Amino acid sequence: MGDELHFKSAGELSDLLSSGSVSSVEIVQSLVERVGSVDDRVKAFNSFDAEDALAQAQASDDRRAKGESLGELDGIPVGLKDNLAVKDQPLTCSSKILESFVSPYDGTCIQKLKANGAVLWGRLNMDEFAMGSSTENSGTHTTSNPWDLERIPGGSSGGSAAAVGACETPISLGSDTGGSIRQPASHCGVVGLKPTYGRVSRYGLAAFASSLDQIGPIARNIDDAALLLNAISGYDPHDSTSYNIDVPDFRKAAADDSDRKWTIGLPKEYLEESSDSAAIKPVLDAIEFYKSQGFEFKDISLPHTEYAVATYYIIATAEASSNLARYDGIRYTKRADDFDGKDSIDVYHQSRALGFGEEVKRRVILGTYVLSSGYYDAYYLKAQKCRTLIRSDFENAFESVDAIMTPTSPTPATLKGAHAEDPLAMYLSDIYTIPANLAGIPGLSIPCGYVDGLPVGLQILGKPFKEDEILRVGRVFEAAHGYKDEHPEL
Amino acid sequence: MEYEAVIGLEVHVQIKTESKIFSGSRAGYGYGPNELVDPVVLGLPGALPVMNKAALDGIIKAGLAFDCSIPDWCKWDRKNYFYPDSPNNYQITQYDQPICEGGEVEIELSGDSRAEMGEHKKIKLARIHLENDVGKLNHFAEDSLVDYNRAFTPLMEIVSEPDMHSGDEAFAFLTSIRQTMIYCGVSDCDMEKGQMRADANISVRPVGETALGSKIELKNLNSITGVKNGIEYEIKRQIRELKKGNSITQATWRWNADLGRTELMREKEDAHDYRYFPDPDLLPVKIDYEWRNRIQSEIPELPFEKQRRFMEEYDLPYTITSVLVPNRTLSEFFEQAAKKDPAKAKAIGNYVTNDLLRELSEAGQSLADCKISPEHLLSLVEAVEKGTITKQIAKDVFVEMFRSGELAGEVIERKGLKPDFDDDQVKVWCQEAIDENPKPVEDFRSGNGKALNALLGQVMKKSRGKANPQSVNQVLRELLN
Repeated sequence: MGDELHFKSAGELSDLLSSGSVSSVEIVQSLVERVGSVDDRVKAFNSFDAEDALAQAQASDDRRAKGESLGELDGIPVGLKDNLAVKDQPLTCSSKILESFVSPYDGTCIQKLKANGAVLWGRLNMDEFAMGSSTENSGTHTTSNPWDLERIPGGSSGGSAAAVGACETPISLGSDTGGSIRQPASHCGVVGLKPTYGRVSRYGLAAFASSLDQIGPIARNIDDAALLLNAISGYDPHDSTSYNIDVPDFRKAAADDSDRKWTIGLPKEYLEESSDSAAIKPVLDAIEFYKSQGFEFKDISLPHTEYAVATYYIIATAEASSNLARYDGIRYTKRADDFDGKDSIDVYHQSRALGFGEEVKRRVILGTYVLSSGYYDAYYLKAQKCRTLIRSDFENAFESVDAIMTPTSPTPATLKGAHAEDPLAMYLSDIYTIPANLAGIPGLSIPCGYVDGLPVGLQILGKPFKEDEILRVGRVFEAAHGYKDEHPEL
Repeated sequence: MEYEAVIGLEVHVQIKTESKIFSGSRAGYGYGPNELVDPVVLGLPGALPVMNKAALDGIIKAGLAFDCSIPDWCKWDRKNYFYPDSPNNYQITQYDQPICEGGEVEIELSGDSRAEMGEHKKIKLARIHLENDVGKLNHFAEDSLVDYNRAFTPLMEIVSEPDMHSGDEAFAFLTSIRQTMIYCGVSDCDMEKGQMRADANISVRPVGETALGSKIELKNLNSITGVKNGIEYEIKRQIRELKKGNSITQATWRWNADLGRTELMREKEDAHDYRYFPDPDLLPVKIDYEWRNRIQSEIPELPFEKQRRFMEEYDLPYTITSVLVPNRTLSEFFEQAAKKDPAKAKAIGNYVTNDLLRELSEAGQSLADCKISPEHLLSLVEAVEKGTITKQIAKDVFVEMFRSGELAGEVIERKGLKPDFDDDQVKVWCQEAIDENPKPVEDFRSGNGKALNALLGQVMKKSRGKANPQSVNQVLRELLN
């Protein structure tokens, strides 16, 4: 592969910046060119402001020239999923209802990136309000998989994963509610990490399902993911659910290659499910590799796995139905153009009917239903009990293993339109990723091979707040394989 | 048939805090439209609520003052409904685990006269919970505008049991809540500013019946008097309907204070399903022993306790206490003086509730910035008791103390108000008055005791008000008999 700057990882760029052999402006220019040459096909971006990015890069170069660099992320472009609030930038959630909204404030993650000197780089496409696994539910357009433009990039952070996979940005931020970082990362052949719930502040992340949402990094290698995670982690007084716990240096922890005895769990419920899965071969090969490295494997049981998808879709839609109520056409969201009603109820009906897409409407209605009087106990309350059982499945398993390995997704990227008529099939494709969100534990997806030329991801689940351990485990595989340096032909 | 009314009140009280309940935005009244907002208050995408502990301090204080039980845990729920004054289209409230449960509010009904203490009762509470207030809609001819300044102000809802039976009880209930909250510093309860708002549930039933009748929810009760009048009107209306053989249908009515009548708002209650569920953005709150204890220690002596103690300890008449006690700073000021010489308490109480209040109101001053101290009051009472000045002159001395800040002795000295004559002179003036006024003298002698007052007035005039009326009275009687 070429030496062009856009192929380089964030870590490499950081080294080049600190040695003075390249400027942030040059990096941004090369990415602007890259986006210009490939994004008409990949379509990862909803919008990007090259002028603004160049100005940020110039500011970074000026700081560096004065010896005031803000650290290893200073001058490095970071792509942003279009559900993160950046002051004076659009925040659309890929929804028509927010198409003209500009955020008047920075979310906590964004403040942290700014404090680290990162160049905030574009707004990346997603399924509308993060509801979906393909970007086909975006209100703007569908993003393509850089490995096969006829296929989906996965979702909901499809734009964030495709942009990293297509080398339109070295690293990006996504959000993961039921697999929305890990699944697109596996489809696009990149690294995606969903941190422990509470590790990263949600302040400034437009909520889909508050008790499940978590912001996390997408990168082409583990070191870059750790670099970005270092910047965004930590307790935030603006988020009551963020957790006040020490943040280790993930970059250093991931690079730790000292001897350690690892025990990895293989959940039989997942493997039974995936025995005929198209994505299983590279995953089994990866497990064999780990065995050869002295990792001990243990069969474990997560007995409530079969309830995970149903539990998830009740809790997530219930929370979403309430979280999305604020998009009503009254204050900042788009009011129906030809509004002809007589009162506020008409404003709601018409604006929401026009502003929300099919999948969002489906989930809002589902969520409204499960919270309704008379159904609450049968659905929402029962789902919360199931959630507790699923969480204790993991607690029990982690008493005897350090991490758990599974496929990230049952299949490699599917063709666009494959699930158009069958939302349930799309819901079921999240089966391996959803339990980590319900349990609040961290999950990492790393590229582990190809099936028919399409990347496949290995999922590594860890104990709460042990992102450092799963990054370290992942790196053992990454270091012995060349996937991180393989880029799709575009 | 005889009917009785059953009334329950839902009282919303804003808690006085620096910032809002789930946002760092300033809380307040009298700002320009939408000045007190931030991403949380506007419900912007990505904004998250964070609990303001001061608001919890406030409600715990209220709960302890009303003898509620404070469970170890409370939690936050979302109440989902669409309305333009609600930024998120859900309200954060407490559904099944409120922070205060049970409790009671002591009330006092009007006595037979203003000088007599009325009957005291305890009205049972169901619960008090905390929630965010919403914005304010302003309707114009063509459109409506919404001001979110009020949104996310901490708001507690005090829910009574259906434990009241008249407009007077409801009036007394609100008065007691208001005074208690002001005493505790929890809220100013200014109904004009919307700091206290009340809705009433009213039903009537035949006396002796235990089941409740169909209730009417009465809204738009914008003052404590409005609550009383609205409820009284509504009770009469319901009884009239029942006597006509009609039945009452559950509905929401509004009080029209201008026309002095209740009006139907919504015939059939909208079948609201608020889809309550625990707010995933907020954690449950543990209220531990230390927290409860700290708040308990901050609760002052409550109004009715203070009133009973003043009457007992200082032998104050009810009338004085009923002016003193509703005003916490005034009663504390009184007590500072009274404590130094409890025997003078009644006289001090009189000066405080009459002269001091009058001067403050005329000068438009507050107690805190006026020149009168407890020492001033004591010096004045002492001068009167010693007979240095008359009560009449004391009133002028008070005005002068209030103006200049001098003690009574200094005013008396400076203005020469001390009597500059002896008892013999008084006798001379008395004789003169008798000689100059044969008519009252004759009247007095023929048995009209009051006629003496005319002579007394003459003598006081001659002494330029400095003579002691008691001794003048005595001298006159001696001379006339």
